[in-house]
This record gives sequence, structure tokens and C-alpha cells, in this order.
Amino acid sequence: MAPRIVSSPAEAVAGLADGSTVMIGGFGNAGQPMELIDALLQGGASGLTVVNNNAGQADEGLALLIKERRVAKIVCSFPRQSDSWHFDAAYRAGEIELELVPQGNLAERIRAAGAGIGAFFTPTGYGTQLAQGKETRTIDGVNYVLEHALKADVALIKALHADEKGNLVYRKTARNFGPIMATAAARTIAQVQEILPVGSLDPEHVVTPGIFVDTLVRVDAAATPVSQQKESA
Amino acid sequence: MNSAAPLTKHQIAALVAADIEAGSFVNLGIGQPTLVADHLTPEQDVTLHTENGMLGMGPAAHGDEVDPDLINAGKIPVTELPGAAYFHHADSFGMMRGGHLDVCVLGAFQVSAAGDLANWSTGAPDAIPAVGGAMDLAIGAKQTWVMMSLFTKDGASKLVETLAYPVTGLGCVTRVYTESAVFLLGPGGVSVRSTHGITLEELRARVPVALATIEA
Repeated sequence: MAPRIVSSPAEAVAGLADGSTVMIGGFGNAGQPMELIDALLQGGASGLTVVNNNAGQADEGLALLIKERRVAKIVCSFPRQSDSWHFDAAYRAGEIELELVPQGNLAERIRAAGAGIGAFFTPTGYGTQLAQGKETRTIDGVNYVLEHALKADVALIKALHADEKGNLVYRKTARNFGPIMATAAARTIAQVQEILPVGSLDPEHVVTPGIFVDTLVRVDAAATPVSQQKESA
Repeated sequence: MNSAAPLTKHQIAALVAADIEAGSFVNLGIGQPTLVADHLTPEQDVTLHTENGMLGMGPAAHGDEVDPDLINAGKIPVTELPGAAYFHHADSFGMMRGGHLDVCVLGAFQVSAAGDLANWSTGAPDAIPAVGGAMDLAIGAKQTWVMMSLFTKDGASKLVETLAYPVTGLGCVTRVYTESAVFLLGPGGVSVRSTHGITLEELRARVPVALATIEA
């Protein structure tokens, strides 16, 4: 089924239930779907579990969701940054639960969920605090830790362009978690700079096939100079 | 090659760069290891990997080159070189964990004689934990090299018998480059490849690890 194309980020995230697990794409600000996060903030859903590499920067996006105490739990690899003051305050007040995951394990847990894998053995983290209490196994002389798939109710991602079938292309390092999060959520919402007619994207260049995308919303990228709006295939 | 004076950070970086084989795929960790990029020569044809999904990373971006969609693992704007490739996070860490990178250069709080690495947490009870890609980088590449100061401000050796800080990866470090010496780590223990501004006797007195020497 072709994705639903909506006219605003608010419409895209409408109806998100309290207590939902939400994946949010981005590495720092690159690829962060800021307008969808703002809509989530205005939408009022609370008690959320958020999956993101970081825990918000400065006074925008995910940081504001945390400031408003709408995030009960965050699953991430690197919450502490020079400008993560809203997370730091919530964490020190005991008002947010943190599940710290090595970045590659985070990515692979998301990929696994989207690929129908229940859990996998990874060498990353073996023998560390982050593997405490987890099942381990030695395979061909290498030590591994069991990590479980990580899925979500909804994924909010940012891509450069979509076509009306929901096929997505990304731009440079803003791709990061987008393609894997798109596969791991029951509902994937993508914000893009342009929604193009079917046939406009070279099928060889599609990164996320439309089967993984449920909702599209066009968001003007005023911040990105026109000279930089080339397609990154 | 021994030297009479301790090495500067750039001299350490130059040593590391000179040791990277031509044609290698390399990940440089945040902080001091990024200096290595300044000392790689075009003839070496080294391809730099950044964990957030790129091979063929170029130098830091300045002025009009700055693009919010093109950053490195430290979230600093960078540039792309001809032949660069972008990929998603699972592929990026798959190429790391899968042993496809030749060398990873990291900073460290401590390294043990067995090659155990501590660089992600000081273990301070009030610290907010953050790990990022440190554990994946430590164990993923074919070789993991460390650049660090050999001694703490209090003069204690950071090359130790057993880690006092939380582990990042076990048995993963094969070389340690410091201002005072370059160490090679292997199944046979730790050997000193070169000394800088310190004699072997002084080094042995200050570093609580059995140190062999390499015959030149």
C-alpha cells in the first residue's frame, strides 16, 4: 500500500498513544527529524520510551521532550554531551530511565528487529559492565554477548527525498539510523524535503524501499542552502 | 628510533601515521587520534572511516564547506573526498565489528599488559555514563592502537598490570604510543620499541609491567 501523505508534522504524529516506544533518527543534529519531534512535543503523548543515539542537544527537539518529562525511558549510546543539560537534569533527578547500549549493538538490535531476528551474539561489550547479567557464549574461540532485537511502535526519520511510493533517498551522513529504524517500527513516519512523482527516483538509488514507510510529510529545509540539496544516492 | 626528548602530540601522531600501511582503511577516535590525519601522506592512500556512516572522510570543513548533513563522529563538520561512500549505521558498525577496518586509533585512560582497554568511563559514581562507539571500535578493527600520555598528572603509569577503570574491550590493544615510549603488546607480553626522553631503566622503574626490549 502506498504511504499516507499528510500535510503537516502534527497530522503525521497524531494519535500516538502514551507509553509508546518511539525511534528517532539522527546522529547529533544530522538526520534528526526536528519538525516531527516538535509535533510530538505539541501532541502531548507522554510516558514515552525513546530510542535515539543521543539524548538531545541544547534547547530543541528531543531535549525539549525530555525537559517536559514526556520521556520515561531513553535507549541510547551517548547521552552525555556538553549541551545535554535537560537530560542531565532529568537523569540526576531520577526522572528518566537510561538504557545505555554500545552504538553498534544499538544499530544491530534495530536492524535485527526489522529483519525478524530475535536476538544475536555480538563480541561488542563482552567482559564489560554493559554486558553484566547477559547470556554469553564462546563461538570458534571468540566470546560473545547475547543482545535482543529492539523494535518500536513508531519511527520518526528524516530523508532527503521520497517518491509517492515511499521510496527514500538520504543525504550524506544524515542517513545514519534512518534506514534501519524505518524497518524496525510498526509505523514509520518520514519527513522529507520533497515528495516526487512515481518514477522520479532511480530505482538503483533507492536506499529505503517504500514498503518500510507508512506516512510521508514534506518539510521545507530552509536551513539547507539550495546548493547543498543534491540527492545523495 | 629513540629520541632524547619526549614526543609532542604531533610527533606521536606522526609516528602513528608512518606506521599505517599504504592502502589501509582506518578509524581515528575522537580527541588526540584525530591528529593522525594531519600526518598521513597522499601516497599512503589511506581511507578514513567515520562511525556515523562514511568512508573517504576528508579534512574538517571551514566556511562555505560547512554542511550540517556532513559531520564526523565528534559531530564536527567535515568534507568528503573523491570516491567517498555513505552507508547506514548497521553497515558502518558491521564493517567495524566484522574486521574490515585495518587500524583503529583510540585514546585511553589505561591499557593493561594483556591489551585490555579502558577509555569509556572513569567509574566515578556521580558521572552520567556514555559509551558511544567505544566498545565496538575497541574490538572491531584488525589492529587497535592507543595514543595516550604514559603518566597521569600524579605521575602514575597508565600502562598497568590490571585496569582500575571499567573495561571497554578485553585483549584488543596491540600498540601503545606515548610521549615517553612506544610499546608493542602481544602474547609474549609488552616490549618497548622506542624511548623518548627517558631511559629504559627509568621506564622500568615507573611502569609496573614487565618490559622486554626489541633488538634493533
